Amino acid sequence: MAQAARKRAGRAGGLLVLVPYAWLVLFFLVPFLIVLKISLSASAIAQPPYTPVFDPAGGLAGLKDFLGALSPDNYADLVTDRLYVASYLRSLAIAALSTLMLLLLAYPVAYGMARAPRRWQGLLLVVVILPFWTSFLIRVYAWVNILQHDGLLNQVLLALRIVDAPVTWLATDTAIYIGIVYSYFPFMVLPLYAALEKMDESLLEAAADLGCPRWRTFWLITLPLSRPGIVAGVLLCFIPIVGEFVVPDLLGGSSTQMIGQTLWTQFFANRDWPAASSVAVVLLVLLVVPIVIYQHRQARELEVSR
Amino acid sequence: MASEAQQAQARTGAPAWPLVRFDTVTKRFGQTVAVDALSLDIFAGEFFALLGPSGCGKSTLLRLLAGFETPSEGRVLLDGAAIDAVPPHRRPVNMMFQNYALFPHLTVAKNVAFGLRQEGRPRAEIAQRVAAMLALVKLEPFARRKPDELSGGQRQRVALARSLVKRPQVLLLDEPLAALDKQLRHETQFELMDLQARLATTFVIVTHDQEEAMTVADRIAVMDRGRIVQVGTPAEVYEQPNSRYVASFVGDVNLIEGRLIMTGPGGSHIDSAAGVKLATAQRLDGAPGAVVWVALRPEKLRIATEPPSSAENCAAGRVVDVAYLGNVSLYKVRLESGFIMKVQVPNLTRSVDRSIGTDERVWLSWTPDAGVVLTG
Repeated sequence: MAQAARKRAGRAGGLLVLVPYAWLVLFFLVPFLIVLKISLSASAIAQPPYTPVFDPAGGLAGLKDFLGALSPDNYADLVTDRLYVASYLRSLAIAALSTLMLLLLAYPVAYGMARAPRRWQGLLLVVVILPFWTSFLIRVYAWVNILQHDGLLNQVLLALRIVDAPVTWLATDTAIYIGIVYSYFPFMVLPLYAALEKMDESLLEAAADLGCPRWRTFWLITLPLSRPGIVAGVLLCFIPIVGEFVVPDLLGGSSTQMIGQTLWTQFFANRDWPAASSVAVVLLVLLVVPIVIYQHRQARELEVSR
Repeated sequence: MASEAQQAQARTGAPAWPLVRFDTVTKRFGQTVAVDALSLDIFAGEFFALLGPSGCGKSTLLRLLAGFETPSEGRVLLDGAAIDAVPPHRRPVNMMFQNYALFPHLTVAKNVAFGLRQEGRPRAEIAQRVAAMLALVKLEPFARRKPDELSGGQRQRVALARSLVKRPQVLLLDEPLAALDKQLRHETQFELMDLQARLATTFVIVTHDQEEAMTVADRIAVMDRGRIVQVGTPAEVYEQPNSRYVASFVGDVNLIEGRLIMTGPGGSHIDSAAGVKLATAQRLDGAPGAVVWVALRPEKLRIATEPPSSAENCAAGRVVDVAYLGNVSLYKVRLESGFIMKVQVPNLTRSVDRSIGTDERVWLSWTPDAGVVLTG
């Protein structure tokens, strides 16, 4: 009887494991397959705006026709059209540079928070998270206000006589970097703080005791031990920044687009769903493949050290 | 001071000078005084123990020596020179931390090599010294493991190797065995003594375990609330405690309060609250009527079912509790005054039926030199 009970518990446990998988299938795999299918279709002036559309009434012959009509033409366009390639490269470059800036700015902040007296840490955390209480869109619009020709920034610079004439901030890459670094700052600070906060301070004392000056202790002990936080922060920022749409659209110029803007244009302005879908699929592959490789390597490293 | 140095030399065989000197050191943390105008000399080659309950300032003393704290007043001298301005990473002392503080991202070998690499030693020398040190603590097969793949005892030995490999003038051990189980702790105590004797390095250990301090140390400083109450060899501290605090902290003791009746060259007589008159071999400074305490170790009492014929000190009572511990039996005897005396008797024979049981009427006796009279 006990065995039967255990068996039942085992079956319940198995079902429990199914829940996250079911979730992934329903809300990630199925939508992805739909997007993938659309990316292999051709644009059409119809409802929905692409062909072929699978009709179960057509039977097996209908399915055969449907599959035959799918083509990878959209992907060929992505490679041959300079606009797409430039857009991808620009997105990756902006994401890489702004993630680096985020890391350099957020690390000292996270370090200071982790070393602050315990009773201050809660308050400091709230201060970092506080901007989330306001809508993201409103905060980016606030930056439009600050960066525009007669905005706050230029007023301050003129008043302090740092510049003689108003500087053009808005619609430049500088504005994009300012907006992105500002928006993603908490996403970099929080994982770094989490990693640094749980570090044992006696390790720093041990390093000093063994003859290591403070600055070198940082390189030899603190930085390597905060690596999980660095990796988490970089992934958490880099991935969404590559596909960022709002910040470059509101703060950036119109000369070149980030890939998110290109996608938006294809989807809403040109109503070319298949082209937009292929852009999205390639973006996903560009981001997922390096992460999978990294995680695979991590897992192997862990196994080797066992 | 000279006689203390000579004593140290006689014990350790090493040339004796105060390698470490605390010169009226006070350390305050805000309102609390952790170390209170404390002076102490530790000699080269000694195995020295700082013993006391938690919060008595013994760890602070160690951290002052390592350089993690600076004295509020007074000076710390190492080899005759004040070191208060020297940062921890330049001090020729190394510390073994209570939680070991091993670097989790480095292998055992790299943990041990860390200190030597900071000195900028040649690669070959580092490799050779690390290998020798790992051999000394029997950890060679684990050189490439990470700390979280080791047992508690192995981690403890990595920490020891890491702090010894730089050949420090003084090795500081902060509760080094607290995290080990009892049997391993006993083994490791003897390994530590052996290591200290072989390397002839000065060891300063902080512990709250009096048995550990007695086992490993040449000399013990018993501490209480930021002050040193008594410094001496384990035997001195145990047999000649200078206060009720030391008598009761180091080992088990019966403390009997009483008044001095008379004192002279032949010894003293005391009228105790426990209802017995005590004769001791000690001559006291106090005037008759002064309040004193007699410290009697449980193993120095004899217990019998018949009144003793010759002993100068004797008290009758009834056994209220017997604890059989194998090698010894512990009796609690209620005297006629109600005072409970603890008596420890070695079990010399293998007989299973102990002759004295609960509720039995017994007589306790002890010689005049069995007890120590304390005035504080």
